Amino acid sequence: MMLAIKDLKVSFQHGPNNHTEVLHGINLSLNRGETLGIVGESGSGKSVLSLATIGLLPDTAKASGQIIFNGENILTLSERALCKIRGSKIGLIFQEPMTALNPTMKIGNQIAEGLRLHRKISRKEAQIEALRLLEMVKISDAKRKMQSYPHEMSGGQRQRVGIAIAIALKPDLLIADEPTTALDVTVQAEILDILDQLVRDLGIALIFISHDLGVIARIADRTLVMYHGNEMEQGETEQVLRHPRHEYTKKLLLAQPRRTRAAFAATSINLGSFNEK
Amino acid sequence: MKRHIPWSLVIGGTITSTLVIAAILSQFWTPLDPTQINIINRLKGPGEAGFLGTDHFGRDELSMIMSGAWISLGIAFSAIAIGGLIGTLIGATAACKRGRFEAIVMRVVDVLFAFPPVLSAILLAAILGAGATTTIIAIAVFMIPVFTRITRGAALQIWARDYIKAACMAGKSNTQITIEHVIPNISAQIIAQVAIQIGLGILTEAGLSFLGLGIAPPTPSWGRMLADSQTYLSLAPHLVFVPGIAICTAVLGLNLLGDGLRDLTDPKRKQ
Repeated sequence: MMLAIKDLKVSFQHGPNNHTEVLHGINLSLNRGETLGIVGESGSGKSVLSLATIGLLPDTAKASGQIIFNGENILTLSERALCKIRGSKIGLIFQEPMTALNPTMKIGNQIAEGLRLHRKISRKEAQIEALRLLEMVKISDAKRKMQSYPHEMSGGQRQRVGIAIAIALKPDLLIADEPTTALDVTVQAEILDILDQLVRDLGIALIFISHDLGVIARIADRTLVMYHGNEMEQGETEQVLRHPRHEYTKKLLLAQPRRTRAAFAATSINLGSFNEK
Repeated sequence: MKRHIPWSLVIGGTITSTLVIAAILSQFWTPLDPTQINIINRLKGPGEAGFLGTDHFGRDELSMIMSGAWISLGIAFSAIAIGGLIGTLIGATAACKRGRFEAIVMRVVDVLFAFPPVLSAILLAAILGAGATTTIIAIAVFMIPVFTRITRGAALQIWARDYIKAACMAGKSNTQITIEHVIPNISAQIIAQVAIQIGLGILTEAGLSFLGLGIAPPTPSWGRMLADSQTYLSLAPHLVFVPGIAICTAVLGLNLLGDGLRDLTDPKRKQ
């Protein structure tokens, strides 16, 4: 197993004797070339889970349990060791492409800076590699885009740049925290295709966090359903969506707009008898 | 993309550049020597002797205003350069370190902020003696808290952005992030503030030399010209208006410039 999370609990400290637990013991595991979808409503602990996995929890948070990544427990690693793993072994894709890029830096330099921090390469080599990455995420006219600033690009293009930065150092694990939520549907489909291809071509493991079951159904091999920091249900995506065992999963499916439900029906994902409830 | 240039920037920029040109010009040429005493021509109105008249020693007002601009701008600019640099550094460090360091620094800055600049100038003058250095230090000390607060507030907003998280992920140190990501993104706000604070610096300098705490005579200074003119208020009222209008215009110009720069760089107001 490349990533195994065992009984992860996270709580936030408000004062000396005052803390709120937001994750109540999450278990999951992930292999190379596999995509795990995490679904849940706002406040269900999806993002805290992803932050814990990359060791970027704020100072006020306390985590217990184990996060074993490539044989090492992330929770007990020193900040220096974490720094090496982050970025080079784990990549992060953000929800909001507007704030994920530095508005005062050229696209090419933003991709190249991570490369130069972790590898001993010259400025020129880094630029060439950055260009290759931009082409990999299918940005048209990549050569010119290297010299442009984030505000000159559309949301979809920015998100592609975000992906290029995340995969720059060939990480083993990619965490995408609602990467398509801020995008319109056609761009969303393109981004999903790119991610899908990266997982297949590079053998990356992907954790895909979303509240959109339609997106999860499309990209995830396995799905974890979360609610209020608890695991509701976990299994093969098809299994989870077709034969939800847990009442909450059924509710989530029912909360989808009717057309999406119709689409599920068309792809023979069975919403069963609770459709009439 | 065509950028709409705010009118405040145009007017403020024009006034400020006129002021700067006049100040620089005074170092090479003034209509008359601003320290040249000419008792026969004393208290002449505008047009009677020189363009703006003469003071109680018969010195040419226009020449004095021009040289005074050099002193005012010079002192205000040096003070803001020192205070702004220190303040920005403290603010950026506080936003970067957070925690107890930030809390202590910000409280110290609050105490500093509570001190009126005139009071600290009197204090400093008692120790160092009145003069340009004292004025610069007094204004700089009073500028530190202003810049610390602005920098910290703006930097905290930037620290919450995802690209900072991404830089963190890439393994950058906090110092690197501050220099490469935070400072460039808040520099526009700081520059706008510099313009406004230079205006305030000019006002404070004039206030201090009005009280006799500024630069020593015979070097012309707007504040002292104003102080001297009080005695001759009924005899030569233009002596009040000339330096008074100079101070008002300079402060107005720099404030407009600062406002214009802020409007230009604030993405929320940009249309």
